[in-house]
Amino acid sequence: MRLPRVQLPDFVGAAGAVWQRTPTWGKWVIGLAVLVVAVLAPADSVGRIMAPASDWKSILFFPIAVYILLAVGLNIVVGQAGLLDLGYVAFFAIGGYSMALLGVDQHWSFWAILPAGIAAAAVAGVVLGAPTLRLRGDYLAIVTLGFGEIIRVTANNLTFTGGPRGIAGIPHPPSVGHVKALQYGVLDPKPYYYLTLAAIILVVFVVRRLENSRVGRAWVAIREDEDAAQLMGVPTFKFKLWAFAMGAAIGGMAGVVWASKVISITPDNFQFILSVLVLSAVVLGGSGNLPGVILGGFLVAWLPERFRGFASHRDLIFGGALVALMIFRPEGILPSRRRRAEMEEGQAGLGTLGAADVTAEASP
Amino acid sequence: MLLELDGLHVHYGKIEALRGVSVAVEEGEIVTLIGANGAGKTTTLKTISGLRRVTSGAIRLNGRDITRTPGHVRVELGVSQAPEGRRIFPGMTVVENLEMGAYARGGSGRARLGAEFERVFSLFPQLAERRTQPGGTLSGGEQQMLAIGRALMARPHVLLLDEPSMGLAPRLVAQIFAIIAEINQQGTTILLVEQNAAQALRLADRAYVLEVGQVVKSASAADLLEDESVRAAYLGGDVAS
Repeated sequence: MRLPRVQLPDFVGAAGAVWQRTPTWGKWVIGLAVLVVAVLAPADSVGRIMAPASDWKSILFFPIAVYILLAVGLNIVVGQAGLLDLGYVAFFAIGGYSMALLGVDQHWSFWAILPAGIAAAAVAGVVLGAPTLRLRGDYLAIVTLGFGEIIRVTANNLTFTGGPRGIAGIPHPPSVGHVKALQYGVLDPKPYYYLTLAAIILVVFVVRRLENSRVGRAWVAIREDEDAAQLMGVPTFKFKLWAFAMGAAIGGMAGVVWASKVISITPDNFQFILSVLVLSAVVLGGSGNLPGVILGGFLVAWLPERFRGFASHRDLIFGGALVALMIFRPEGILPSRRRRAEMEEGQAGLGTLGAADVTAEASP
Repeated sequence: MLLELDGLHVHYGKIEALRGVSVAVEEGEIVTLIGANGAGKTTTLKTISGLRRVTSGAIRLNGRDITRTPGHVRVELGVSQAPEGRRIFPGMTVVENLEMGAYARGGSGRARLGAEFERVFSLFPQLAERRTQPGGTLSGGEQQMLAIGRALMARPHVLLLDEPSMGLAPRLVAQIFAIIAEINQQGTTILLVEQNAAQALRLADRAYVLEVGQVVKSASAADLLEDESVRAAYLGGDVAS
């Protein structure tokens, strides 16, 4: 028996078409409205609707804002350059441990550690990328997966990282003046949420600029057809390394910010599942499209919290929701125009995990 | 001598795909490489573009040794390729695909590339009609046109064409070959790889016959069209006649 194919009305597609026709000033207005919502989000009245069974302000910082920041970072690697990275949590961990080690042992201030942690993660991205970015598709995925585990296992076995007990007593960012939203303490998660929000806005601006630059165009070309990109004169290896370093830097930034709130971190905070969740946020939201990726990060972080009332069934329901979405919208909730065309073509990018390239490589 | 391959050896792992291929292309010529599947035609073009590494031998462009030059630099030096299977960027529009073709020339202003766009659109008027359409939605013939047009955007000295007739209807093949002749008349040197040997030999000035990674014959295209063994092997001719 065959199931009748259900054609759902494509509200999102229609909304996307409207969005593309919206003039630039209109997009700014919408962007500003989203920002206002984000700033007002920690209100209790919002929390009663969004997360009746959890502490809304806490989950707004972690996982929601942190996941969004991570998703925006991973999107550079997966969505823009088309490189499948299954070990993204490694860079989050490097940021987290930078904050912990430099803060506890060296007594550095948060604002000094932030650039150091970003740099450490970016360097790790280059160190991982330089030997492995010659691999493609699933081979790259396997190596990055291994890297994610290596970082966690290493932290678990070294003494200066505190082994399995991790590091405690991590300092908070210094409070600024007497503004309530900038008092970084133990209890109120709101200042940390605003800090992460500022980081997201900064990163989104940088990424937007990159998208429309020569770098961004090179990434799209690499994602769609790496050999063809090289034939166009794109130094593919260099730009893949750039994508890796940029993504890693943002992962590191998220790690520093997150660790500055939580007081203590252990290797168990950096499990493989986090890489998977952030990757599913990118794919689910619409790989390569910033608004989509932000929405994906929000949903992947928020849905399990929203379902907390269902107790142990919540992961089941969350998983079901993900499967349903992937059946009805395999290109993601808010795909980019390009991504849609690529999916229809059934080649390039994440669709085939670069398998087409691998076979092309094998035959003379 | 514009492009010169000197005893090229290329390996895929332990398999030797090219066993000492020497090819010379003079300025303004159309030279074609013909041969059966697996003879090493595509490998030769990939090696010229820098997608395959040379084991031994040399590649020279205008007398300059480019054997170890990275692929993206060779594009800047004037080597451009429309690869086998077209390899259009499926999510990019026709115009964006063409812009990628000019990537090596730097900058990104559409206005600056005006002359190149005009040239490509006058060679391929069909592409002008499809400007804003994603490359993946074009027909096979249109994709081939886009692949050639994209390669022209780099303003190459030598244009490498890999099987431009593959999978196209005979009428389209004739059209594409006529346009290749026109591109050549406008001053671009062409190295053409083809399985459709009869068509290629009628278009080209000179030709090389490749068999299992070696050049077994080289002569003017007209002579090869008359050559008994070439007729038998590649042109479907009768040996006895």
